[in-house]
Amino acid sequence: MNSEDLVEIVFHGRGGQGAVTAANLIVAAALKDGNKGVQAFPFFGAERRGAPVRAFARISHTEIHLRSEIYYPDIVIVLDESLMDIVDVLKGLKKDGRVLINTRKKPSDFDFSKKYKVATVDATGVALKNEILVGGIPVINTPILGAVPKILNRVTLKSIQDTIRKKWNKDLAERNVKATKDAYDLVEVKS
Amino acid sequence: MNQVMIDTGNYIAAKAAVMCKPDVVAAYPITPQTTLVEGIANYQGKGEFKGEYICVESEHSAMAACIGASATGVRTFTGTSSHGLLLMHEMLHWAALARLPVVMCNINRVVGPGWNIWTDENDSISQRDTGWIQFYCSSNQEIFDTIIQAFKIGEHQKVSLPVMISYNAFILSHTSMPVYVPDQKEIDAFLPKRKPLWYLDPNNPITFGNIILPAEYEKVRFDMQKSQYYCKKLIPEISKEWKEKFGRFHGDLLEYYKCENVEYILLSMGAIGAESKVAIDNLRKQGLKIGLARVRTFRPFPQEEILKLSKNADLIIIDRNISPGMEGAVFSEIKASLYGKSDAKVYGYIAGLGGKDVTFGDIEKMCKKAIDGKTKHLEWYGLEGV
Repeated sequence: MNSEDLVEIVFHGRGGQGAVTAANLIVAAALKDGNKGVQAFPFFGAERRGAPVRAFARISHTEIHLRSEIYYPDIVIVLDESLMDIVDVLKGLKKDGRVLINTRKKPSDFDFSKKYKVATVDATGVALKNEILVGGIPVINTPILGAVPKILNRVTLKSIQDTIRKKWNKDLAERNVKATKDAYDLVEVKS
Repeated sequence: MNQVMIDTGNYIAAKAAVMCKPDVVAAYPITPQTTLVEGIANYQGKGEFKGEYICVESEHSAMAACIGASATGVRTFTGTSSHGLLLMHEMLHWAALARLPVVMCNINRVVGPGWNIWTDENDSISQRDTGWIQFYCSSNQEIFDTIIQAFKIGEHQKVSLPVMISYNAFILSHTSMPVYVPDQKEIDAFLPKRKPLWYLDPNNPITFGNIILPAEYEKVRFDMQKSQYYCKKLIPEISKEWKEKFGRFHGDLLEYYKCENVEYILLSMGAIGAESKVAIDNLRKQGLKIGLARVRTFRPFPQEEILKLSKNADLIIIDRNISPGMEGAVFSEIKASLYGKSDAKVYGYIAGLGGKDVTFGDIEKMCKKAIDGKTKHLEWYGLEGV
């Protein structure tokens, strides 16, 4: 890797859940928090609603020269638990890697919590509660981002919320901001 | 004051283009260029782009509209990709021979069939001989800065040529990175209004592009060559001015990275050129004396600079393109530049065609194999099952 301080994140979601937006929001927030080199990009393939999608984020204190995909992430974020049956979300995860999962389960319910630092949050529940829906389907991106500061100290909840307020208009922004706070309070982390 | 904007390469390109205040943008959407022209249309909707946006029915028409508008003396911009660029081919020659400084972004995308939306450089490389100045970018900041510089270069009265700014599909076009954006006033001061050498004016009618005899036509070509060569002097001047005004520098015709005290120089373009920096850092940590010269301009080609590098180092070249029946285009150009003047060994790789990912690890492997003397003159890297 080009620098010790580089954090690489892979988001796994289904088309429509907002994985790409999540990656964009987290790096915009990280930039506000003083990380000068950031990068967010989707994997482009046959993306469509419901199909497995991936998005990537890099966070660094210095300019990032990498332009390749992320193969060895520090953090994996799973927006849809059911993906774990069909996608090896832990593929390439580093030894001291962290996993954040949208689920009603506890971290200890996952076997790999013995090996990795696992965090869980019911982001779907948070999205439904705050009426964050597109076409009746809960959007997971902003709720799950609220949980990220609990597993990554390079991004603050405040910057995530400021980024959301900048992106959307007032009512929609405030509901999303509320969702990040709810997720932040609800997330369970097992180290 | 600088403002930091974080967005994808295409939206950054849209911002840069609009800040250059083109009078006419004519474009036809194609993946992965679409968000670039959508971005410009959005700026028009918000009133920030005050020029005319012409929706056309094809890329051939997009370039024809830019040519027509540019011939009236105004500033024009467009963007395209892959098959769109190829459909423009005739008009690309036309714009260059008419000496019209149209500026265009080309998002490097694979040419089909088989159908593929990912990146390689065969689309723009195949437009090599049209007379356009060609830049290849490796970051969103470089895209932003180069677009603004491109108008100044192309519109310079000793140049008066169109400029193509290429950047990789998705790897840059759809990747968000932070970009410093100067104030509009600072851009206006750097890039004054276009002063054309000639222009079409209904009140003072002239004809342009009429028949000329062989001896005169040859002079047209010679003059074009002179202008391309003049760019070798002008581009470094403009890069320097940009650096002094805005504090950023991406190189001249080449960007040098750790090229002191070297035995080997890696040459690559575009996104691979950025990834190569990580590879160079790692190789140098392992004690290898290697540096990087990232090729920014394919036309004019940095012949003299590369010849100079070859005096002290052997050269390893990675091409994300292929001229079938020959080799990678940059590899060919480099050998032509060295012919009879250098004893350097040159090794050529083809890598990343069809959008295949090229990682710093891949680049390190290519370099090490060449340094170990195990690379044939030309190799396809990582080709499986053939």
